[in-house]
Order: sequence, then structure tokens, then C-alpha cells
Amino acid sequence: MKIKIALAQFNTKLGEVQANLETHLELISEAKQKSADLLIFPELSLTGYVLQDLAVTTAIQPDQDDPVFNTLLDASRGIDLMVGFVHEDRRHRFYIASAYLAEGKIVHIHNKVYLPTYGMFDEGRFFAWGDSVRAFDTRFGRMGMLICEDFWHASLPYLLWLDGADILLFQSASPGRGLTADPRLSSSAWVEHTNRAYAGLFTVFVAHANRVGYEDGLNFWGGSTIFDPDGNLIVRAPDFETSLTIAEIDLNQFHRSRARLPLLRDERTNLVQSELERILGNHEN
Amino acid sequence: MNAPTSSKANWKEFWETMKTDLTINTELAEKILTGFIRTELHRVGIRRAVLGLSGGIDSALSLYLSARALGPENVLAVRMPYKSSAPDTLSDAQTMIDDLGVQSLTIEITDMVDPLIQRYEDMDRTRAGNIMARMRMIVLYDQSAAFKGLVMGTSNKTELLLGYSTIFGDSAAAIQPIGDLYKTQVRQLSKTLGVPDSVIEKAPSADLWQGQTDEADLGFTYAEVDQLLYLLVDQRYRPEDCVAEGYAPEFVDQVVQRIRRNHFKRVMPPVAKLSQRTIGYDFLYLRDWGT
Repeated sequence: MKIKIALAQFNTKLGEVQANLETHLELISEAKQKSADLLIFPELSLTGYVLQDLAVTTAIQPDQDDPVFNTLLDASRGIDLMVGFVHEDRRHRFYIASAYLAEGKIVHIHNKVYLPTYGMFDEGRFFAWGDSVRAFDTRFGRMGMLICEDFWHASLPYLLWLDGADILLFQSASPGRGLTADPRLSSSAWVEHTNRAYAGLFTVFVAHANRVGYEDGLNFWGGSTIFDPDGNLIVRAPDFETSLTIAEIDLNQFHRSRARLPLLRDERTNLVQSELERILGNHEN
Repeated sequence: MNAPTSSKANWKEFWETMKTDLTINTELAEKILTGFIRTELHRVGIRRAVLGLSGGIDSALSLYLSARALGPENVLAVRMPYKSSAPDTLSDAQTMIDDLGVQSLTIEITDMVDPLIQRYEDMDRTRAGNIMARMRMIVLYDQSAAFKGLVMGTSNKTELLLGYSTIFGDSAAAIQPIGDLYKTQVRQLSKTLGVPDSVIEKAPSADLWQGQTDEADLGFTYAEVDQLLYLLVDQRYRPEDCVAEGYAPEFVDQVVQRIRRNHFKRVMPPVAKLSQRTIGYDFLYLRDWGT
């Protein structure tokens, strides 16, 4: 089975959900015309990234009654969508979140687990920390979603892998940094490096959508990618340019990759469990 | 190898043995910075830029970047000489205006600043220099309204960190495209963008009085201080780590103090907090809010 994955990268309007929703609808329409099966948007695609006090005024309680989600759910007929938004839960905690939408239904919501609160980042000040990571079933197989800093921690992709995810969907709003003599920024090179590593180490597909544009002095570098279960690059969107990049992935490749390299078969989860229990159980602090 | 303490001749050899490499990919820098200028102006509905062109390298680089980002017809270069300004600054500026085809104006500030400067018998050249820098700011912001363009900053990272600028004078701008490039990196990017050699090679000067040079004012060269700033700021070396790397303790201390003492130039004036929600503390939005 082959499916077409589309990666969207564009400059959001900061705090303007309605304007960003319009951009989503245009990109969804274009992706449908190009026969994409799944369209991945970047982190906080409905709001913009450095929200600060805009976090609470752009938040959404995701259900059919919300006009923004209602519109997106309608648009998810015929193409699966992964969108980024501020999630206000029933007890009014605000999360950076991803929603997977398909055939008019919310399939899964992931709340960002790791909120970078150091250097230029201040997410922990404005957002609640997600407290779970789960794989979920789609018409294309079992998937897992992570948001930016989530996949700077190896534990979350690993847990999703053990939970059955064969396709990892990553979204980010990664500020470009680290200008050196190299033709790409240090941040771009690092993210691509880790995504390739996850694909190869877990023999999974890793699709990553990263935004472009600027917010004040921050640039976002784009360069969205898909890696295959052998760690090979399938497609890379241009750095810094608005684009809708579409590539086909072959789900039959799991058979071939895992026949050659049975890392999943050989993963000793009982050992991981017993060692983790020992390590965490004996922790004196 | 220890850093030389007196002989300038030994510095070159010293820097070459240091691990710090400030080389940048100029193509990538140009892409990010022209994208920044274009996006940050266009998102607020403005398509034009105004900047003061002194004939020095910083304003030259800002001009070349602005012209590439916005198109030369959308950029206004303003020359604002004082009677004591070095004549070659005007001719170098003209060369660049002609080279790029940007719009230009020459507005001499002598008649505007002399009445204030001459009003006080104890006027010194630092005060006079600040008056000139602030008068240029007034002229640029007036042209900003007339030309419907935003004022482009021309401060580099070295200057911002050392506070080598006049607050509300040359530091006043809408955006700072080259504020994260050290002076040595400004030179590198200027070369690849086609800034004339005469501008790149001349001794950097605020040109506030005859014969003034930055490096004489500061007491060290940009090549020296950029390396140290890179370690202290970018690489988070502690001052004692820099001394351990061979830098003279007095030089390190002088630079550390200078960064701290001039921090007031880099931040908004603090608002005295009284209410539950105060601008600057818990009323937090990017400038790009809503755009």
C-alpha cells in the first residue's frame, strides 16, 4: 500500500486563528487536488508560535461545537489532517497540542509533553505540560504524534514505537539558530540528524512538518522531511520557503526493512521494564 | 599559548591559534536577513525603508541588505553630514547610492545642532556627539513619515554588547537586521554583498569629531574583542574561563564591565509596577502581535 503525505510550511499570523484557518483550508484544498492522503501542518499552525499572553485568547476546546474545529472536521473528509493548536481542556488548562482529524472525526489529540523553558524558549510559563503519549490507529496504520521538544527526548519516540506506531508524525515551529560556515543552520542540521536516527533505529517512517516565516527577530527554517524505515531521506521541503511538499511512501517497505533488520522483533522490553524499575525504584532523591 | 599583553604584532598569531571561528555562511545570512527585512515590513503593510548612510560599513551593509530585500526604489538613503564630517564619508556614500540605485537625500545637520552645542560653554565632545546622533534620529524619523518607510537599524552585535552607541540616537530603529553579527562578520558579509572595498577597509569611526576611531575610543580592536565576546556571550564561557584560555585578565574584566554597564541601552525603560498587570512584566506580546 502506498500513501501520499503532504507537508505544509507557511508563515502564520500571530494570534489570528481565523486568518490561519483560511490558510489551512487553501492548503487542504491544494493537497486534495494533488491526491494527498494525509496533510501535516506545523506546530501551533492555527495560532503562531510565540504566543505569550495570546495563549489563552487563541485557545480552543476541540469538538464539533467549536466553529474552527467544525470547519476543519468538514475538511478532513477525503484527507487526514494533523493540525497544531492551543488546547483548552475542560478544566481550563492550556496545552500546545496536535489533533489528528479524519473523515469528520477527531481521532487523537496529543498535548505537548516537553515544554522548552530555557534560552529563547518560555513555554512552561504559558502552557500546561501534557502527561501522556499514545499511539493511535488510522486507516493507514498505527501512528504517533509529537511536537518539537517532545522529540528532542528519545523516550517519547521510543514509547510510541513500543505502543505500535509505525509512522511517527512530528510537527514543530523550530526557530533557526547557529549560523556558522556551513550552508545550513546548526538547528536544521541537528533536527534532521535526529529524525533520520529515529527512522533508522525504529525502522519506521518519520514525517516532520516545520514552519517558515518570522516572528519578531526569530526565523523559522522549514526544511520539512520524510525519512523511510531504512533512515533514507524520501523528501525535503525547501529551507525558509512557503511550500506544500508531497511524497509517496510505500507501507510495504516495513516488510522489507524489518526482514533485513529485526530491531523491533529483538527489542527486549522486559529488560527495559525491569531495569527502569530498578533505576527509578532505587532513586534516592 | 598565552595572549600577548602588549605587543600588537603577536595578536594575529594568537587569534590564529584560538579555536574560535566566526566565519559565517554569507549566502545563508543574506537569505535569512533579507527575508527578515521583507517579512517584518510587509506584515505591517509597509514596503519601504529609510536609513542613515554614514559612509561606514554598518550602515553600508544595512543598505545593501535593504536594497536586496525591498528593491532599491523602495529604500531611501539619507546622508546627514556635520561640518566636521570627513569628506570621504560623503563620497563613499554616493558611490554606494549610485551602485545600488537607491533613492537618496543629503540633509546637513550643522545648522540644526550648532545652536544647542554653542549654547553651553562647558560643552564637551561626548555631549556634542550625542546631540548629533540624536538629531540624525529626528531627521530619519521625519523622513520615515514622509517616505512611508520604516527606519532600519544599523547596529552590529559588538556595538550593541559594548554599548558603543547613543541611546535614542543611532540606536533608535524599527528593526535591527545586523544586530546578531559581530563586526568581523559584518565585514565578511559586506564583502560578498559588494560593499566597496574603500568602505570595508577604512578604520571604523563614529565620525563625531575629526580623527575619531572606534578602536581608539574603545581601547582594543574589533578583531580582539569579537573573539572574546563570542566566548563570553555565545559560548557561555565564564570570565575566569576566558582568562584560563589565555586572555589578559584586565581585558576580560574591562569587557565584562562594559557589557553590564551598558545594558540599559538594550532594554526598554522599566515600568514601576503597581497594578495586577503591568507592561513589561505580565503584559507580554511580541511586536508582531496580530500580523
